[in-house]
Amino acid sequence: MAQDVAALEIEAVELPKKPAWRKALTLARQHPLGVAGLLIIVTLIFSGVFGDILPVGDAEKLHLDEKQLAPSLSHPFGTDNLGRDVLGRTILGARISLLVGVVSVTVGITIGTALGVISGYAGSFLDSVIQRGVDILLAFPAVVLLLAIITVTGDDTAFKDFIIDYTRIPENTFLGIPVFLDIFIISVGIGIAVAVGTVRVVRGAVLSLKENVYIDAARAMGASDWRIMMRHIFPNVAALVVVLASIFLPIAILAEAAISFLGIGVPEGTPSWGADLTGNNREDTRNGIWWPVFFPGLALSLVVLGFNLLGDTFRDIADPRLRGGGGGGGGGGGSPGL
Amino acid sequence: MREYILRRLLLVIPIMLGVALMTFLSFQLIAGDVVDLKCGFTCSDAVRQSLREELGLTRPLYQQFGDWLWGLARGDLGESLATNVPVTTELARRLPITLELLALTMVFSILLGIPAGVISALRPGSIIDSVVRVINVIGLSVPSFYLAILVILFGFVWFGWSPPQFGAGGHVAFYEDPWVNLQQFLFPALVLAFGSSAIIMRLTRSSMLEVLRQDYIRTAWSKGLRERAVVTRHAIKNATIPIVTILGLEAGGLLGGAVIIESIFALNGVGKYLLESVILRDLFVVQSVVLLFAAVYVMINLAVDVSYAWLDPRIRYS
Repeated sequence: MAQDVAALEIEAVELPKKPAWRKALTLARQHPLGVAGLLIIVTLIFSGVFGDILPVGDAEKLHLDEKQLAPSLSHPFGTDNLGRDVLGRTILGARISLLVGVVSVTVGITIGTALGVISGYAGSFLDSVIQRGVDILLAFPAVVLLLAIITVTGDDTAFKDFIIDYTRIPENTFLGIPVFLDIFIISVGIGIAVAVGTVRVVRGAVLSLKENVYIDAARAMGASDWRIMMRHIFPNVAALVVVLASIFLPIAILAEAAISFLGIGVPEGTPSWGADLTGNNREDTRNGIWWPVFFPGLALSLVVLGFNLLGDTFRDIADPRLRGGGGGGGGGGGSPGL
Repeated sequence: MREYILRRLLLVIPIMLGVALMTFLSFQLIAGDVVDLKCGFTCSDAVRQSLREELGLTRPLYQQFGDWLWGLARGDLGESLATNVPVTTELARRLPITLELLALTMVFSILLGIPAGVISALRPGSIIDSVVRVINVIGLSVPSFYLAILVILFGFVWFGWSPPQFGAGGHVAFYEDPWVNLQQFLFPALVLAFGSSAIIMRLTRSSMLEVLRQDYIRTAWSKGLRERAVVTRHAIKNATIPIVTILGLEAGGLLGGAVIIESIFALNGVGKYLLESVILRDLFVVQSVVLLFAAVYVMINLAVDVSYAWLDPRIRYS
């Protein structure tokens, strides 16, 4: 019998290997919404990085002779009450949003993950101390926490003066970023809120990772705690961290817009989507001048939408069981208050 | 379960103390600037020093903290530096407004979110499901302040409508004229509820889908029950358990949203009070209101945790 089977000489059939770009195309066709989200975000990044050199109307200098023009060919989004081109301002606003979003999420997730891993891995006393601290910070609603941070670090406060005097962080334009110090402070403030949200989640993941046998094995082989954390814990937490980043980035962008809207975020005159929704532009809407307010807000909504769609698509691809709008309890949406 | 509740209650005390301490210490950072602001640049150092003493800012820190806590226990929260009105007086005036806004918002978001989520889960892939999901995504993405401005803008441009409180009468309390009062709160609550209901809708949908897959639902069907009975008697009750937890987290977001919406719609609530005080650097007001918000949030989360144990019998008997 065995000889008959061997005699069949079955040839292995090799399936043609699909080149990477073909796989990507299939994925794209299956998830059109995700592609839309990706396009929006690419536009955002493009506007943020190349905003200055795009051939649109002047967004920052005042042209008082061209006030409040309705959308037209030369000013596709119209002009605001100081004659600034709304399209230009919308594009430049992308830069602030992108910057604050990326910096705050980077800072927040880095600190949060570090604390979460240390807290989860170390256990006992250190864990308790860190967790009490997080509990206290979590007791403040997010916007209230931000308001408190801004009160303490805003203009003319001892804190900000300290930073100006004793550190070399530039106050004005740096690397093409206006009012660098203010943006930096806002980003760190939002980053603190992000960090607080991250610690809990990461700690939970680390706690369940600790149960794995390979951790015990590594320790038995004499690996130091540091090595175990670096080699085993961090890489496994990485996927979670990427998901968290995709959730927090739109939230951070919304947070910056919200505090700029309230007038306590970016300084007066800086092109920011939130700031453009208030002040004189808001007054103008009472006269029916809708375009200075409409387009920045639309851009903001589209960007958040883009991140939501992209995040949903990633979660669909990574784990189709999460499909159905869940993904961990509705995560990935904008915070209701913002 | 009683131990769980007791433990949870006991945890609140150190957390609140920690919150109070943190609030106090953070705002000590700007205590000096507060004096500068009240005085302007025209004061001499002597005047500044006497002002500091008057405000009690020169005493040792532990004394200031202790006095503040003692004042809180007695109901004395200090006075506004800008208007010299006692904080408690202002809060008493403004709290009903914020509470009404938050209550209406919660009602609207539950009324909008849960039925939509249920219907969407019962007919997955249908047109109504798609419509619900599109509205859902929009609700999650559009920030509440933008929506509020659009509502006011296009209400004005298309209908000549303006929020009632912008006009001459100002704010009208519920007991004075219920109809006008509800009119004033309708749009603010709806705008705030839109974002909140999107989250509830999404969670209800996924929770329902999860529940509908369970064996006990299949048993109910095979018993011959009508769809309505299966859904209302078995599915919805179980699906809403995780929603209760989310409501607690949402409350935090709504407290923040109230700050924004009250500013836009000119409702003189506690949120607007906080914002104005932050801009004015009105130290004692900000300190007390931040503490108040945190305390409310902690209480809400406590209630949610306790009710979660009560609602889910599996936890109760574990």
